[in-house]
Amino acid sequence: MTVKITIDGQEVNARAGDNIVDVAAQNGVYIPTLCYTRGKPCLGTCRTCSVKVNGSVMAACTIPVREGMEIDVNGDEITDMRKALVELLFAEGNHNCPSCEKSGRCELQATGYEVKMMVSRFPYRFTPHPVDHASRSIWLERDRCIFCQRCVDFVRDKETNQKIFSINGRGTYARIEIDVELANKMPADQVREAAELCPVGCIIDKTQGYDVPIGKRKFEVKSIRERALGGGHR
Amino acid sequence: MNEEIQTLLEQYEFDKTRLMDILWDVQNQHDYISEEAVVAIATGLDMSGDDVRETLSFYHFFKDRPFGKHKIYLCNTVIAKMKGYYEVRAALEQETNTSFGHVDDTGTFGLGDANCIGLSDQEPAMMVDHVVFTNLTPEKVSTIIGQLKQGKSAQEIVNPGGADSKDIAYVNAIVDENIRTESKVMFKANRDYKAILLSCLDKLPEQIITTITDANLRGRGGAGFPTGLKWRLGREAEGAEKYVICNADEGEPGTFKDRVLLSHSPKDVLLGMIMAAHAIGSRNGIIYLRAEYWYLKDYLQQQIQEFRDDGLLGKQILGTNFEFDIRIQMGAGAYVCGDETALIESCEGKRGTPRVKPPYPIQQGYLGMPTSVNNVETLAIASRIIEEGSAWFTAMGTNESTGTRLLSVSGDCDKPGIYEIEWGTTLNEVLSMIGAENAKYVQISGPAGDSLSVAKDGDREFCYSDLSCNGSLMVFDHTRDILNVVRDYAEFFVEESCGICVPCRAGGVDLLDKMERVIGGRACQQDLDEVTSWSKLLKGTSRCGLGTAAPNSILATLDKFPEIYKAKLVEPHGPLLPSFDEEEVISEYELAYKHLVKEDV
Ligand SMILES: Cc1cc2nc3c(=O)[nH]c(=O)nc-3n(C[C@H](O)[C@H](O)[C@H](O)COP(=O)(O)O)c2cc1C
Ligand code: SF4
Ligand code: SF4
Ligand code: SF4
Repeated sequence: MTVKITIDGQEVNARAGDNIVDVAAQNGVYIPTLCYTRGKPCLGTCRTCSVKVNGSVMAACTIPVREGMEIDVNGDEITDMRKALVELLFAEGNHNCPSCEKSGRCELQATGYEVKMMVSRFPYRFTPHPVDHASRSIWLERDRCIFCQRCVDFVRDKETNQKIFSINGRGTYARIEIDVELANKMPADQVREAAELCPVGCIIDKTQGYDVPIGKRKFEVKSIRERALGGGHR
Repeated sequence: MNEEIQTLLEQYEFDKTRLMDILWDVQNQHDYISEEAVVAIATGLDMSGDDVRETLSFYHFFKDRPFGKHKIYLCNTVIAKMKGYYEVRAALEQETNTSFGHVDDTGTFGLGDANCIGLSDQEPAMMVDHVVFTNLTPEKVSTIIGQLKQGKSAQEIVNPGGADSKDIAYVNAIVDENIRTESKVMFKANRDYKAILLSCLDKLPEQIITTITDANLRGRGGAGFPTGLKWRLGREAEGAEKYVICNADEGEPGTFKDRVLLSHSPKDVLLGMIMAAHAIGSRNGIIYLRAEYWYLKDYLQQQIQEFRDDGLLGKQILGTNFEFDIRIQMGAGAYVCGDETALIESCEGKRGTPRVKPPYPIQQGYLGMPTSVNNVETLAIASRIIEEGSAWFTAMGTNESTGTRLLSVSGDCDKPGIYEIEWGTTLNEVLSMIGAENAKYVQISGPAGDSLSVAKDGDREFCYSDLSCNGSLMVFDHTRDILNVVRDYAEFFVEESCGICVPCRAGGVDLLDKMERVIGGRACQQDLDEVTSWSKLLKGTSRCGLGTAAPNSILATLDKFPEIYKAKLVEPHGPLLPSFDEEEVISEYELAYKHLVKEDV
């Protein structure tokens, strides 16, 4: 069923039930996301896709479009809220891009550029987050984790379907754990997938460091916005 | 250990969704949940060990290392702090010979903090091994710890008469009811439950829903959602099974009315659940009982059993084809589990992470099936409406807010306890009822609610369009430091945030920092402007009601008592913020310099 909605005043047709992020992208409007990836279930953790729906702030990835919805993506207030959320992530973790393996292919960094972030308005916390390098091929650099939950929900042991990554503790004290035994069973391509799935440089493939030179990396070749708008392939 | 766990898992039919119960059973047996136990559980349930720890580590009362034979949790709310918390805390540390967050050398006592344990009318209060001790003084603490050291159990100490834990005498030995008003809707004595249910089952589900809708009953859990509509949606929703869940998590600091309802009128609540089940077409119900109310568990179980014995629960209820039964699910210490979707996750044995909505529980809830989650009070009221009819109910309260509501009153007043008020009662009327002549500031609906100035808001009415109170009412007189209260609330939200979404997990910490800055006399106007703007971010973008409510008390007190904030502000000198402490910032450099250079010189 087709429904009519407006995005930033522009009337567009959409398939009922599709979420706002996808519908906006189909119509050339970029909404940043850090936990949501097209084709996978929505996680609703990063809130970076916040837009206004009929005046109320909502996470666009969690909302299926309905007839008559009026969506404000690029209004000043909501644009600044998305920027603030990205800034919060930078203040909460410890991000030092020049020394990070993920730089240039990091979704957080790329989104930082898209939302025109210069510096975080929130005080940087400098909380130490212990590294976990016990598993054979994965380096878990928790300083950079944004708790998107992609690894927890989408990476499973092939044989038992058990969780390889999980979350421990709660609130500001929560952290991602890796099951070393199961991680050591991961085939090389699954390790690579997990590292790519991680939007930031938290899950690092130990066997693959610096394989693409700076300047030629994913988002340096094609921006995260272009990728989001360019259809299924990211 | 392995064999024991195997037997335990068999009892639960190796059902992962019962992980909460499994963890409780292990902890109750062994004082804590050891690494060995985690591995055995994980193996038995075909989960990774870390997956079990996901649940374990989420809940305040689950322990993965020894925390003493006697686990003592002292309630640390603002109300407790007004009633002698600090003295009691010191006495506990002295008597047990350890400090908070630790276990004593003999492994006998573990001391911990707890957020509100639902006893604000009898603080200071503490939990010890599934029972509670109220109205504490240092002397009382000394006696209790002395007896524990002699080998008595906490149960024996609190219940010297030896009443059966299935009996109301047991509950009454532990806590006071403090019901201060005559019954209007709630607490009616001598109800003929059988006759009431018979006449309910005589009616079609649609008729029951219509009566509740006509009564204009709205949920008493906080959101005020129309109960008739919820049941109608539940009736219409499709699902192989449907569930009724009674939300007895009662975590909002300052409320305790659900505890009193469950102890004084448990069958009103059970009856409400059965009626809800009849209305939506459910065969299974769950009472989600917070762990802080463990001392009600056997008693409630007995009430359920009595209903079964009398044919009000089970198969072929009162000779009809209708079947329905209820189980109790214990929580384990997490405020966010009061959120209906987090509560459902917890019932499924998982972390209490609020779900992404839509879908709503009434469409896809427990085990993916349509689920009506209702507050304890809502269910008790519903049972009375079905008994007396909607006209009887709408005659009370106002046109828009019908009937009555229970207030849990605490703080600076002569008569803390439970009050049943009709909607439409004003704040001033309530204050004179409870004996709070000196009140300056009233916090309604807990930290998540609204902050009222008695001078400015005294004539406002309790009703859904104005003061839509969820039952918590905390009173503060002229001697109290409002900023400290608000700081405590900000800390509460940091401690209770589930952490799944960015604004609440990270932003909550920043709001707490700002409050500390204000109290420390290091804030300027820019800090307050940022508080307002960041609060808006949390309110707008958080995933659940915890994050959206976290800034409420800061915003409301800024609005109602701007002068107390203003009095704390300082003027910035030059371009640096007053909170920027140059000395502190460079102190580490100096230290490093000393280490690296000077000492050699
Ligand atoms: C953080 C949070 C805590 C909550 N705590 C409770 C609670 O302790 N008891 C309760 O009945 N509802 C609580 N609620 C509201 C429930 O989500 C839900 O709306 C309610 O149980 C529905 O019942 P009702 O319609 O009868 O009010 C809470 C909501 C949030 C967001
Ligand atoms: S994870 Fe991304 S944002 Fe963080 S340091 Fe690495 S490149 Fe920078
Ligand atoms: S490790 Fe990466 S994928 Fe996993 S939660 Fe953290 S940021 Fe997300
Ligand atoms: S708002 Fe807070 S409690 Fe609610 S989902 Fe987000 S982090 Fe969890």
